[in-house]
Amino acid sequence: MKRLRRLPVLIAALIVTLAGGCTGANQRQLTVFAAASLTKVFTELGARFEAAHPGVTVQFTFEGSSGLVDQLKGGARADVFASADEKNMTNAATAKLTTGDQVIFARNVLTVVVPPGNPAQITGFDSSLDGSKLVICAPEVPCGSATATLAKHLGVTLKPVSEETKVTDVLGKVTSGEADAGIVYVTDAKGAGDKVETIAIPGADRVVNNYPITVLARAAQPQLAGEFITLVTSPDGQSLLAEAGFLAP
Amino acid sequence: MIRPLPGWVRGLAITGALLIGLPLLGLMLRVPWLQIPELLSQPAALDALLLSLRTCLASTLLCLLLGLPLALGLSRLRGRWAAAGRALATVPMVLPPVVAGLALLVTLGRRGLIGQVLSLGGIEIGFTTMAVVLAQAFVAMPFLVVAVEGALRSMDPGAELVAATLGAAPTRVLWRVTVPALRPAIISGASLAAARALGEFGATITFAGSLQGSTRTLPLEIYLQREVDTETALALAAVLIGLAVLLVLATGLLGRSRTA
Repeated sequence: MKRLRRLPVLIAALIVTLAGGCTGANQRQLTVFAAASLTKVFTELGARFEAAHPGVTVQFTFEGSSGLVDQLKGGARADVFASADEKNMTNAATAKLTTGDQVIFARNVLTVVVPPGNPAQITGFDSSLDGSKLVICAPEVPCGSATATLAKHLGVTLKPVSEETKVTDVLGKVTSGEADAGIVYVTDAKGAGDKVETIAIPGADRVVNNYPITVLARAAQPQLAGEFITLVTSPDGQSLLAEAGFLAP
Repeated sequence: MIRPLPGWVRGLAITGALLIGLPLLGLMLRVPWLQIPELLSQPAALDALLLSLRTCLASTLLCLLLGLPLALGLSRLRGRWAAAGRALATVPMVLPPVVAGLALLVTLGRRGLIGQVLSLGGIEIGFTTMAVVLAQAFVAMPFLVVAVEGALRSMDPGAELVAATLGAAPTRVLWRVTVPALRPAIISGASLAAARALGEFGATITFAGSLQGSTRTLPLEIYLQREVDTETALALAAVLIGLAVLLVLATGLLGRSRTA
């Protein structure tokens, strides 16, 4: 009977143990919030940063830029914020989340992707997309507003079967063969390897997405944050970004 | 007679209620209530709301049409087969939503197991409202099956046996004896399934896509609006919660009206 009475306490202790994260007391931690499209490059840069700074671990959160701003507004602690567009960086700055110093470190343009073999025989960002299963980003998100602006510039009317919230969802629908074509960033197309075929859009550079990076106002490690940004803008960082398909700022 | 609960149970019960209630309260406090009427007059929100209602009704009916026979079938299984069947029927409940969507995609998608056969016949489910209904039914049906199957197992087979001995055909026994006895379980199971279908998000966005009026249901619209304006997303969330609460309350009353 007595043992039974202690059961809830034991369970509570168990829950705390299971749910508790452990952070090393002696480790310095740099927390980087970065746009999802930066996952590969930044993970590699993080490893290099750790190698150059013994005792430092770099912790990443990769998500859609606006989701990251939401988390920061909600009180999430981070040192660096790298956004996939200037609008969300401005949102963060307006909410006084940033230190105000920001630098454009990369640019990205759009491209057409089709499943291997190009089953619907798409020829590019043109009327060959009519009647095909075209998937694009919704105009509410950065890649979608870029797509809409580009279509306007090039005088093309798009009739998508789906407007996704994330560019990775557009890519997923093309790699799975569910869609005949998608409009994504060059870096997404490159990251997908041979799971998609890329058809470059002549004049795509008329709509360019700028990637700004900044130290956050509530950074616990402002010094390390600055050094990380220096790495991103260094020749080393820039060549990694170029490999992934990003254009230089 | 009221049986008093030990103090520590009451304490834990209150904490449990807070865990569920506080986030909902927090949400309600942040919702821009005055914005809701204006918001619901906008085509994007209105389309999402109507689509959600339409697909939720369709998928709940589909759950009833297929889930009831499935529950009846499961209840006839014994031993190892019963355990296996029940586990299988509840898998969609524990699947992460995106995994449910992927499962549908590799089965019913254009390149999927069944999808490629359908595609030869000119039927393509992806990006259609039917895809939304299938995604909702896939994740919601287990709730109905579990509720009804549980009731069936604890049901006294006496009445069914008597009816059969008196010469009633199996179908007649089913409609006249089994289904009326299962009524409360069917109603509560269907209401849970409908609520789950209404909130369905991951499988829909993975399998059906997102286009205003044809596949962008309320949860998908909320997800999209969050990218632009958190206030709008919160207002739509309040509408969704309101619908779910109404649904559960209404079916609760429906279940009571006959038994009382």
